[in-house]
Amino acid sequence: MTDNAPTDISRRRFLGGTATTVAGMVAPGVLLHEVAQARPADEPVSSTVRWGMLIDTNKCAQGCSECVDACAREHGLTGHGRPQTDAQWIRKVDLRDKQTGYTQTLPLLCQHCEHPPCVDVCPTGASFRRADGIVLVDKHICIGCRYCMMACPYKARSFVHETLEDQLPDSPRGKGTVESCNFCVVRVDTGRTPACVEACTAENHNAMVFGDMNDPASDISRQLKQYESRQIRANLELNTGVRYRGI
Amino acid sequence: MSNVMIKSGLLTLLAIAVLWVPALVRAGDSLLPSVPEAQRRVSETQGCVEPTADMRRNHMKYILHQRDETMHEGIRTKQFSLEECIDCHVSSAPDAPRVSSDKHFCNSCHTYAAVNIDCFECHADRPLAKPGKLSMTPASPSARLQTDENPVAVPPGDDRQLATEGLNHD
Amino acid sequence: MKQQIQFREIDGGPRFYSLLGFIGLFVLAGLAAAFYMEHNGHYVTGMTNQIVWGTPHVFAVFLIVAASGALNVASISSVFGKTPYKPLARLSGLLAIALLVGGLAVLVLDLGRPDRLIVAMTKYNFKSIFAWNIFLYTGFMVIVGVYIWMMMERRMNRFTKVSGFFAFVWRLILTTGTGSIFGFLVARQAYDSALMAPMFVIMSFSFGLAIFILVLMAACKWSNRPLGDSILYRLKNLLGVFIASVLYFVAVYHLTNLYITENHGLERFLLLDGGIYTRLFWIVQVLIGSLLPLALLYLPSTGKSRGWIGIACTLVILGGLAQMYIIIIGGQAYPLEIFPGKEVSSSFFDGIVNSYTPSLPEVVLGIGGMAIALAAVVVGIRVLRFLPASLADELVDPHYSSDKAIA
Repeated sequence: MTDNAPTDISRRRFLGGTATTVAGMVAPGVLLHEVAQARPADEPVSSTVRWGMLIDTNKCAQGCSECVDACAREHGLTGHGRPQTDAQWIRKVDLRDKQTGYTQTLPLLCQHCEHPPCVDVCPTGASFRRADGIVLVDKHICIGCRYCMMACPYKARSFVHETLEDQLPDSPRGKGTVESCNFCVVRVDTGRTPACVEACTAENHNAMVFGDMNDPASDISRQLKQYESRQIRANLELNTGVRYRGI
Repeated sequence: MSNVMIKSGLLTLLAIAVLWVPALVRAGDSLLPSVPEAQRRVSETQGCVEPTADMRRNHMKYILHQRDETMHEGIRTKQFSLEECIDCHVSSAPDAPRVSSDKHFCNSCHTYAAVNIDCFECHADRPLAKPGKLSMTPASPSARLQTDENPVAVPPGDDRQLATEGLNHD
Repeated sequence: MKQQIQFREIDGGPRFYSLLGFIGLFVLAGLAAAFYMEHNGHYVTGMTNQIVWGTPHVFAVFLIVAASGALNVASISSVFGKTPYKPLARLSGLLAIALLVGGLAVLVLDLGRPDRLIVAMTKYNFKSIFAWNIFLYTGFMVIVGVYIWMMMERRMNRFTKVSGFFAFVWRLILTTGTGSIFGFLVARQAYDSALMAPMFVIMSFSFGLAIFILVLMAACKWSNRPLGDSILYRLKNLLGVFIASVLYFVAVYHLTNLYITENHGLERFLLLDGGIYTRLFWIVQVLIGSLLPLALLYLPSTGKSRGWIGIACTLVILGGLAQMYIIIIGGQAYPLEIFPGKEVSSSFFDGIVNSYTPSLPEVVLGIGGMAIALAAVVVGIRVLRFLPASLADELVDPHYSSDKAIA
């Protein structure tokens, strides 16, 4: 223990350990910074990110349908004058309490659950949950059985009942397959926010916040931590990606 | 009828059939499909993202592989993106052929080869009109659902560039 | 010494071909309806984003459930060793496969993308009961096929019992799987229940046997083969037991839901103010489809008459279709309980009872499926030896004595 060599080694170890510690403290910040920017196009999605949405129903205005209109524009949801079979990916729901008479309104869309019943029941695996939390329909292998529509607790899915033409390039959709809100996955993958959120913000209602729920520094995480929010049909324990304030 | 008579009869029929096939082809048609030219080239030496002979044989493999990567892993590289193919190979002019006609780029070969393609049940068969030169009036913000007679225009805030960059193999 | 039961193909001839042609018309109509639906898209049907499964699924699930029940007669002979049922085992197997094929045809033809059947048979999500059902259904056809072969091939007869046992267990799993299609769904109050699977098993007993009796009576009558009272009465008494069992399950289902406050809305809808669903339940399912056949089958004045037995079987089938309609369509018509305690309204038909009208293409497709099943049976008994040459009492009844014949 009186040799020089052990002391030198321990000093090296100390310096090495300090460097590692400092790197370890800085690295998460660097990683988070990268996540906050658009992921490079050739990098696969990973579960370090979980996309989510927080909707403040107190700020949601009666009679406003900006989010619904923006979604229809973004994805080319052409109506055919047949409301029962026309697709709707997001809708405004008006609520009135049976006992108290209290009224409120909120947008209802695919909740992007962590344990989606639609994914469980799909026979081909076309309905699937991407690693970053977005629940999608792979329309290449969807056979149009509509079992996912039976299974969804939020009635979020629509079936395409007619031949479509002039689909938008970023939103392929076709007859005989099932579709639903996909968090505007092409926009999200290129660093933007879903069209509904953008429209709500553009109208200065600011009722919808979108972001990475796994990133404690993101706007949505901070709001989720600070204010009370709930899941719709929380008793089903699906751990939805869409949370609501004021319900 | 003897065997010899049957055989010679069949051979005659076969010869007639072979000689008549060119006669059945309408004057002015060639026996090969007429594939429309693309809007751009990747480089001086190469037309498409891979050499043409390679693309002719293997484009379906590239497309299928890319579609699974894009769908499940969110990989949106441009080289084999179907949207990029359409951007380059199909014109967005309102009178350009749609996929239902055999003058559309994809169908020019596919009708010849008698192979049905499923892509355009869902995917757009032509690019959107170029940004800044909208061929249709933008949809009014308050219209909830567009009707078939008034298709949607480019969504506001869409600033995608045409696929001129990123075509080189990276 | 008792004679051996002989099996013989039925004769061909004009009667055979006109029957087949008549059934064939319905098959063609069903195929035309499927093409029309697929070509134009489902907007030409009554199915919507609210009622996603309609009349085709009512027929398809009915046929599939009946298919597994039709095998019961064979199972009773092979697994439970009741010799009077042995001559019927082959026909029972044939009917089981035929009904399953008919039901699956309707299901596949109604798909949004029936051209992707290959995808459904190669890509599987094994958490889905649908995926398991694909194996259960195709496996059933193979296993019953093997079972029939064991029965028909004299050298293989020693394997009849074991293959019959496999077929019996397989079809219980299959029907459990079919009931679980609904039982596994948490989203809708009408479905989310472990009772669905066993209830479907019991329903299969009832519907399958009713169809079997009708097919047996028609096949024997039209091919001029004697059908003794002994075996027929055994079958119809058994059918009565199964009808009563189904009533029991239905009663437990509703009583349990009536106890659970959150399901009161659903029960009120089904039993009281659901309009067509309430009428179908009380009048068609319970009265005409269960209580009336029970009376007809067991009352001495009607229970011994072939005509009344046939009518009772038909009523059971009608009641079964009504029950399927209520389960599948009624269960979707009642709105999802997304916001308990609130009145809900939206542009996507939340919070209201969803309306549904069966459209002609759907009904024609469903009937086409039944026609496919019947056509398969008719062709089967013509080309192979499924139908016994005689089911007269002296051959079938182990306790037969000529004294009874004289009296």
